[in-house]
Amino acid sequence: MVVGKSVKRLDAFDKVTGRTKYTDDLCDKSAYVAKILHSTIAHGKVISIDISEALKVDGVVKIVTCFDVPKNYFPTAGHPWSTDESHQDVADRLLLTDTVRFYGDDVAAVVAEDEVSASKALKAIRVEYEEYPFVLDVQEAMKDDAPQIHMAFKNNILNHSSQSVGNYEEAIKEEGLIKFDNWYDTPTVQHCHIENHICYASEENGRITVVTSTQIPHIVRRVVGQALGVDWGKIRVIKPYIGGGFGNKQDVLYEPLCAYLSTVVGGRLVKLDSSREETFVSQRVRHAIRSHIITYTRPDGTFVARKLEMFSNQGAYASHGHSIAAKGMGCFKQLYPCPNVEAECYTVFTNRPVAGAMRGYGIPQAMFAVESQIDDIANGLGMTPLEIRKKNLMPVGYKDDFSKNVNYFDSFNQCIEKGKKYIDYERKLKDYKNQNGDIRKGIGMAVFWYNTAVWPISLESSSSRMVLNQDGSISLQLGETEIGQGADTAFAQMAADAVGITLDKVNVISCQDTDITPFGTGAYASRQTYVGGLTIKQTGELLKSRILDYAQKLSGIHSGELDIVDNNIIAKADGKFVMTVGDLATTALYSMEDSRHITAETTFQIKSNAYSFGCCFADVEVDIRACKVKILDIINVHDCGKLINPALAEAQVHGGMSMGIGYALSEQELFDSATGRTLNNNLLDYKLSTFMDHPHLEAQFVENAEPTSAYGTKALGEPPACPVAPAIRNAVLNATGVAINRIPMTPHVLFEEFTKNGLI
Amino acid sequence: MAQYKLVKFTLNGKEVEKMVDVRASLTDMLRNDYRMTSVKKGCEVGECGACNVLIDGECFNSCIYLAVWAEGKNIRTLEGLMSEDGELSDIQQAFIDEAAVQCGFCTPGVIMSAVEILESGRDYTDDELRKLLSGHLCRCTGYENILRAVRKTLDRRLGKVNV
Amino acid sequence: MYDIKALYEAYSVEEAINLRLLHPDAQILAGGSDVLVQIREGKRAGKELISIYTIDEIRGISLDETESIRIGSLTSFSHITKNEIVQKYINVLGEAVDMVGSPQIRNIGTIGGNTCNGVTSADSASTLFSLDALVELTGKSGKRVIPISDFYIKAGTVDIKPDEIQTAIIIPKEKYSGYQGHYIKYAMRNALDITTTGCSVNVKLSEDKKTFLDVRIAYGVAGPIPMRAKNAESFIVGKAVNDENCKEFSKEVLNDINPRDSWRASKALRQHIAVELAYRAIKECVKLSGGEM
Repeated sequence: MVVGKSVKRLDAFDKVTGRTKYTDDLCDKSAYVAKILHSTIAHGKVISIDISEALKVDGVVKIVTCFDVPKNYFPTAGHPWSTDESHQDVADRLLLTDTVRFYGDDVAAVVAEDEVSASKALKAIRVEYEEYPFVLDVQEAMKDDAPQIHMAFKNNILNHSSQSVGNYEEAIKEEGLIKFDNWYDTPTVQHCHIENHICYASEENGRITVVTSTQIPHIVRRVVGQALGVDWGKIRVIKPYIGGGFGNKQDVLYEPLCAYLSTVVGGRLVKLDSSREETFVSQRVRHAIRSHIITYTRPDGTFVARKLEMFSNQGAYASHGHSIAAKGMGCFKQLYPCPNVEAECYTVFTNRPVAGAMRGYGIPQAMFAVESQIDDIANGLGMTPLEIRKKNLMPVGYKDDFSKNVNYFDSFNQCIEKGKKYIDYERKLKDYKNQNGDIRKGIGMAVFWYNTAVWPISLESSSSRMVLNQDGSISLQLGETEIGQGADTAFAQMAADAVGITLDKVNVISCQDTDITPFGTGAYASRQTYVGGLTIKQTGELLKSRILDYAQKLSGIHSGELDIVDNNIIAKADGKFVMTVGDLATTALYSMEDSRHITAETTFQIKSNAYSFGCCFADVEVDIRACKVKILDIINVHDCGKLINPALAEAQVHGGMSMGIGYALSEQELFDSATGRTLNNNLLDYKLSTFMDHPHLEAQFVENAEPTSAYGTKALGEPPACPVAPAIRNAVLNATGVAINRIPMTPHVLFEEFTKNGLI
Repeated sequence: MAQYKLVKFTLNGKEVEKMVDVRASLTDMLRNDYRMTSVKKGCEVGECGACNVLIDGECFNSCIYLAVWAEGKNIRTLEGLMSEDGELSDIQQAFIDEAAVQCGFCTPGVIMSAVEILESGRDYTDDELRKLLSGHLCRCTGYENILRAVRKTLDRRLGKVNV
Repeated sequence: MYDIKALYEAYSVEEAINLRLLHPDAQILAGGSDVLVQIREGKRAGKELISIYTIDEIRGISLDETESIRIGSLTSFSHITKNEIVQKYINVLGEAVDMVGSPQIRNIGTIGGNTCNGVTSADSASTLFSLDALVELTGKSGKRVIPISDFYIKAGTVDIKPDEIQTAIIIPKEKYSGYQGHYIKYAMRNALDITTTGCSVNVKLSEDKKTFLDVRIAYGVAGPIPMRAKNAESFIVGKAVNDENCKEFSKEVLNDINPRDSWRASKALRQHIAVELAYRAIKECVKLSGGEM
């Protein structure tokens, strides 16, 4: 059995030798280069575009403007399509737009023989705009006199939803309650995968092929079809290895435009390679969410009534839209169940870069607000952060009415115990009391709530195909994608165990090609091993039964009495060797009497979901006068069920923690209030943390086998990013007594807060 | 009119020469003219380190290095690390063993920085290693396992035991 | 591929001077870590370039007959940091340029390029100001040597004549001998960053380590170009070495500096940090000098 072992990544050898091919490495050098002209206003109408000078630039092949493109509005979210129109994503994008909704919107495109010509042509295009007032802030955007960004959405509200438990208004009348009323702000951040989005397209036999750096090839196929008004089957999407995605590539980005540009140059090969600047501005960002939480507690820390309002900044187009805020809100009544809860959330258009999916999908934002307030309450009541949590956290056996998720295990307490022990929490909590120097230490923690996959909100299905090769190896294909997280390796491990063969006998076809790969919606929602595991087990068992049926024919032993162990077919009763799978496969394929190609392909429709919980503990040092926070030590503990590959799981947690550290301390996109322009659209001014901004990152696990999962596993991809920022914030609170209610806690913020609180 | 220049240099131990557009960056030349696709483009302004190569033993972001400056230089890319018979170098193997690879896009550049560190023959503290590797941005690993891979390889090369 | 109109390569100072006279509109390119980035941004796209990167005669560090330190303008940051002369006499400069960007940037970036850019955030510049460094420029009619404070004219503009290139940075012996220096780069992260505020201090103590004989303090990003804080200097010179004087000295810099509000940092934050850095840097200099407080 290989599940549960830290086997080496299947793709590691190629990645350390540089032979792994990413999109740009595969693109023929004859490709035309496409570049996009982005708007230099935040809101308005394109009146005219003069391309006459640009057309004179040597090497320019074609220029298209917003006035040339077909008016097929399309959605971009990497969600499964819904056949129910009311559940479909908002279709508000055009290939190029004459209505500009943010600084950096796409108004024209150039196809040229080379990149210098394309850049020169872009500079030579003259655009005349009619400018409208613009709005960047959610609360401003909701006002009656705010600029209206999409006509169909009054007050710029894309969507609004609410949840209610008990009777909040009645409950707060109880005498002696203590009220905590706080606002928390999270920033616009970007995914910063190191490979920018890139795609190329060409026509072949009347069909369009798009090779793209995406997490969601089958969804890209559908959206390219919708955008171009072409039958979906006429589109072929190929996904090679990709240099990270983190949710940005869970959106359809420039694939439709690139495909369209190929069609306007006779189906010739066109490459659209996004710059880092475009990645920051014109693709997707994380929703900045402002949360308002009111909690009424009894003096002993019992929560009596709670209220949440969330305002999610959608930016200019719907993309994943309200799903993010809704997911964030969804955890509120569950994480700390309380008899009286009111929660509502708004997703609001503004003239900012478009917000979409990003690792955590609303939960990092929600956790910052929720877990910060828990510490504020603890402080207010004179309780410790752990006392207040233990009193109110979701109990074992809790079941959510909507998702039907059950909290089967005492994951929270088990994770907290591990974290406490590693970081020496109790001692530090004592040691760090009563500090008054310029440099102070603090210890903080936060828990997080997450649920695996998207059921029951969206379709949740996964398909896999296994083909038995002549030598007894199998080829494995899934619609779910390798995006760096190690999915291929986990899939291979699960497939090996499902069939009874060794890992070296599993050939994962890493590349997805919508012409060939079984249907699957791709990498998102931390669902790959969960949903992939279910279909792999099902297909593996089917393949195994077919192998054993054939073995029965060859051996005379009933298939029910046979098993496959380590590539050998054996008799169950006495473990006696019958034949190798390899011999069987060769016979099956070349038999003159009964030749068969043994394959299996199944779809598993998943109608379950699984909680994935854990916590983060952070030990920090605050240099008050320098307005800086240094993380001395940090640990994440996760219960993501059984680990398929502990080493890869640990590595994935490190990456999420790193993203969480950036979220807490340094990362944010900044916008010019006069123009709406993104000020820091590059990796110098956008402060992604570096090698020197991290301490050792500790990742530990609690492994409670998830009952709804084929291999006992559940979400791990996104959760590591969820609890880190509030843990660090709570550590800063512990160190300084200053409750900072916005991230990132940059020196700018700390300077203001420390000044306000009289520390400097 | 495009301006070209003959550029002769040593690439992964082999003398090479080609006529090169003077506007080309070293990244352009290595990727397009020599198909050294381990040299990645992540920002094209020297901020991410994905295009890092060794020039006369020192690390450079090839995106902000003119191709014509390669004249007479000894340039090494990740492609040159594996031996002719397919044996990985110790640092490559360490990246595999320590799970220091995820999406793999920053990997070639980081490994080349590690090569410069390892070939210095010196020992470094973890903080010094972090500083020497700090020209690389990675979004997958939190740098943790990369540091561990470099640390372990360094310790092995320096003959430290129990690593 | 860069949008370059034409590239001229110089292999000697003389060639560079001739090329400058021949192509007056051409931009000089040293290591390129700033200029190439600006070309890509479109700011300097489509221009002629004179690459001087291949002029080996202005690389390297030496002590001349007067024991002044001469740093060839094309010497890379990493070579400055690793240089024994620098480590022995002006370690503060080696440390300062070791905080530029990243190892790769420190390998390509040159001290000449860093200063010729005329930007206030250059990590080398504030230390060169606090060392009272001289700039050597070579032109058709020979060399001229000017104080670095005269070299900087305004943001983005330095004193280079149309026939000149910068060929060396010189630190005279009397400016470093007996001094201890310390540089603090304040930035938003610990690597790959530009300086929010940089402070470089050089201190000479009396023999008994009780008195400040001389103090030079300079800042980056405290004004449009790197600058000295002369009021603070005059305050502290001759004063006793103690914590109170260091504190007062650090507050005094507010009478010198003039940082601005920008999206990168507020004026208030920069002022606060400038004071804090002055305090920390001078204390470190005292410590390096063997003084006690």
